Amino acid sequence: MSTSTTLEEPKTGTWDGGNEPLKASYGKLMMWFFLLSDAFTFGAFLIVYGLSRHSHLPYTGRPEDFQFSTEWWPIPEKVFNAFPGFHGVDLPLAFVALMTMILILSSVTMVLAVEAGHRMDKNDVQKWLLWTILFGGTFLGCQAWEWTHFITGTDEGMLMADGTRVFGANMVMNQYGPPLFANLFFFITGFHGFHVTVGWILLVIAFISTVNGVYHKRGHYEMVEKIGLYWHFVDLVWVFVFTFFYLI
Amino acid sequence: MSSTDISLNKDVHHAHDEHDHHHDQNFFEKYIFSQDHKVIAKQFLFAGIFWGFIGGFLSIIFRLQLGWPEATFTFLEPILGNWIVNGKLDPEFYLALVTMHGTIMVFFVLTAGLSGTFSNFLIPLQIGARDMASGFMNMLSFWVFFLASVVMFTSLFIETGPAGGGWTVYPPLSALPQAISGSGLGMTLWLISMALFIVSQLLGGVNYITTVINLRTKGMSMTKLPLTIWSFFLTAILGLLSFPVLLSAALLLIFDRSFGTSFFLSDIYIAGEALANTGGSAILFQHLFWFLGHPEVYIVILPTFGIVSEVIATNSRKPIFGYRAMIGSMLGISLLSFVVWAHHMFVTGMNPFLGSVFMFLTLIIAVPSAVKVFNWLATLWRGNIRFTTAMMYAVAFVSLFISGGLTGIILGNSALDIQLHDTYFVIAHFHLVMGAAAFFGMFCGIYHWFPKMFGRMMDEKLGFIHFWLTFLSAYLVFMPMHYIGIAGFPRRYYSWTGFDAFNTFTDLNSFISIAAILGFTAQLIFLFNFIYSIFKGRRATANPWHSNTLEWTTPVNPGHGNWPGEIPTVYRWPYDYSKPGAPEDYIPQNVPFSQTQSSNLPYERDLE
Ligand code: HEM
Ligand SMILES: [Cu+2]
Repeated sequence: MSTSTTLEEPKTGTWDGGNEPLKASYGKLMMWFFLLSDAFTFGAFLIVYGLSRHSHLPYTGRPEDFQFSTEWWPIPEKVFNAFPGFHGVDLPLAFVALMTMILILSSVTMVLAVEAGHRMDKNDVQKWLLWTILFGGTFLGCQAWEWTHFITGTDEGMLMADGTRVFGANMVMNQYGPPLFANLFFFITGFHGFHVTVGWILLVIAFISTVNGVYHKRGHYEMVEKIGLYWHFVDLVWVFVFTFFYLI
Repeated sequence: MSSTDISLNKDVHHAHDEHDHHHDQNFFEKYIFSQDHKVIAKQFLFAGIFWGFIGGFLSIIFRLQLGWPEATFTFLEPILGNWIVNGKLDPEFYLALVTMHGTIMVFFVLTAGLSGTFSNFLIPLQIGARDMASGFMNMLSFWVFFLASVVMFTSLFIETGPAGGGWTVYPPLSALPQAISGSGLGMTLWLISMALFIVSQLLGGVNYITTVINLRTKGMSMTKLPLTIWSFFLTAILGLLSFPVLLSAALLLIFDRSFGTSFFLSDIYIAGEALANTGGSAILFQHLFWFLGHPEVYIVILPTFGIVSEVIATNSRKPIFGYRAMIGSMLGISLLSFVVWAHHMFVTGMNPFLGSVFMFLTLIIAVPSAVKVFNWLATLWRGNIRFTTAMMYAVAFVSLFISGGLTGIILGNSALDIQLHDTYFVIAHFHLVMGAAAFFGMFCGIYHWFPKMFGRMMDEKLGFIHFWLTFLSAYLVFMPMHYIGIAGFPRRYYSWTGFDAFNTFTDLNSFISIAAILGFTAQLIFLFNFIYSIFKGRRATANPWHSNTLEWTTPVNPGHGNWPGEIPTVYRWPYDYSKPGAPEDYIPQNVPFSQTQSSNLPYERDLE
């Protein structure tokens, strides 16, 4: 207030305008806010899962005697115990653990791609994007197998009261437990898979643009960074989906 | 001071010159697929007005039915086709009417029409930005909304009729196509349209938020923002966090309807036949819906909080009273709005203890709401009030908000709600506090910013008539509803003459309907004034209301990029009205303190 120069100047603090207070470009901020809202979409689904599951009876007997039944929610280890090439062998959660590993690996390579982008190292960006695409694609492939197996079912199926057997799963009925078990499995892993697919397509586009030198000419690899944010988010969501469906 | 005035008025009639620095845009780029926030705002405004008339017209049809249940309406046959047989409205069509009226008004007019118009128009102009952060996504937001509108509009004309399960689309009614004809194709289109609508909201929302964070001009700190911007900012955040949950609910409902899942369905007999669905919960849908639904009512009202604060301060020629308290109360309301949703579900068999928790949280909202009301009144107190049309709407807004808010406190008591739930008392409550108040806020904004939007003034005399007719009819329609609501008169009933208890209300119902028709007719005056003034209105000056905010430092018709020269820098808060010692009764935000020595306070800059 004392001198006229301070009266002439606007303030210049972090939040005083004319700058980027969160040190992020508008594109990155938009991605962050989109992810925040997407987190609420997934959050709603997982809450639906939790409440639906809570309103069903758990299995209370000994794990060794476990039988599939519409009366109770199945034990995950007993449902997800198949592995490609090991027909009939009981390998609880082995396959999904592998899938999860692959997805996490893809997040690591994504970090490396973003980091290479900061260095403006086109070759490294290319390399790590390609690895990410590879791991992401493998995850999707694994999920396709997992779904196929879930839909076709096991050799024994589920014994119904009238002596018939039900095999596999669809939206109305399934051999593992109450209808909602399969409903939720299809819906939530499907919704997640859809996100991965979208991310995967974005990665392919980013890869092609990198090869063509689009980002290099632009002078920054921010697009890779934004897709990276999305990709990490999708991975993080998987961790929650995995915990809800397979662990609890 | 006077020097700024000169620069303000410089380019009055040379708006077209602006395009010199841009490449020549053709008609499509300029008016249809425009990325200019001002054009997009007008697109939202026109769409909103269009939907407003549709929504209003639907309500007139069902008011006819309610007001004169025994009458035959043969004169409606040319418009309604098979929905009216021998002058009698089809009962299921009645349900479709109230459903579409609610959906259209809440989402298409008071969400898209209101936020879409004013957030788009004012955010860049008032924070000092050339445009939104992403013009392209902004354009996309409008066109996705347009698509949603087309789908919803189409659903009005299909053979089985539009959705009929109420704007809250509770399953199982909405989930089972065999339940009513309105749950068939109409409901499918409703869900598709709403899914698109949500996408549009998210595209718009991330844009508003990032623009406010990143694009404020030099000196425009968060506490120098006009309250309008704060309100749009918080509205966008509410939308960003609550609409995705409606999206989840809608997607799950789509699966229940079309793919045989049982998320919301269990143990249902329909036409004597048991359905296979088991295990789901219809109440779960209500939780998901109201997790959006309650924030949604604040998404509707928050922008008008901002608009009204701005207009009241400008036209009282006084600083807004309690600027920081206004921001604080909006923050408080926004936060609380996420934890009160179950007050819509008190009678769903909820645990009474849980009910009392939600009751407690609900009633707390009255505190920040009251803070706002007191601040508006204190701003008006001993002001140099100028009764422009916008100002009258702003003051009436405060009145309606008080009247409707008081009944909210009654409804918020879980024990009282047992009697009042699903009666006309609820209808009266939310139409005053949300419906009428938000409409008044919207009119307030339109009358106030019309000169900036179209470079011309709206006619004040017509505005005056429009105001009084609308204001009177709003109270005449909704006040009596409290009375019949307390008596237990239920909402969403096609015909009530079969119940002796309600026959005594026949006159009152006819009265309400007449008032509603009056109110609807008055809107034609607005429509005429609006369209006429766009082309023939008196030309506006650059700052007709002598306002402080940055949008009035642009040329009369701002071009693409808003300011022909450099973006102004901001030195002061937006409410320096009638500052003691200043030559004029307003000091725009871009006037540095060095030019206002006569009015500077000794502690001026510590206050920032
Ligand atoms: C003091 C603040 C408020 C309180 C305590 C309150 C309380 C309530 C309660 C308890 C209900 C449920 C009544 C029932 O269905 O039985 C309700 C309904 C409603 N309120 Fe409020 N309210 C308040 C302010 C508002 C505001 C500011 C708005 C909108 C801007 C609003 C919009 C609505 C709507 C739209 C409904 C009815 C929805 C429907 O069932 O179709 N309320 N309010
Ligand atoms: Cu509410």
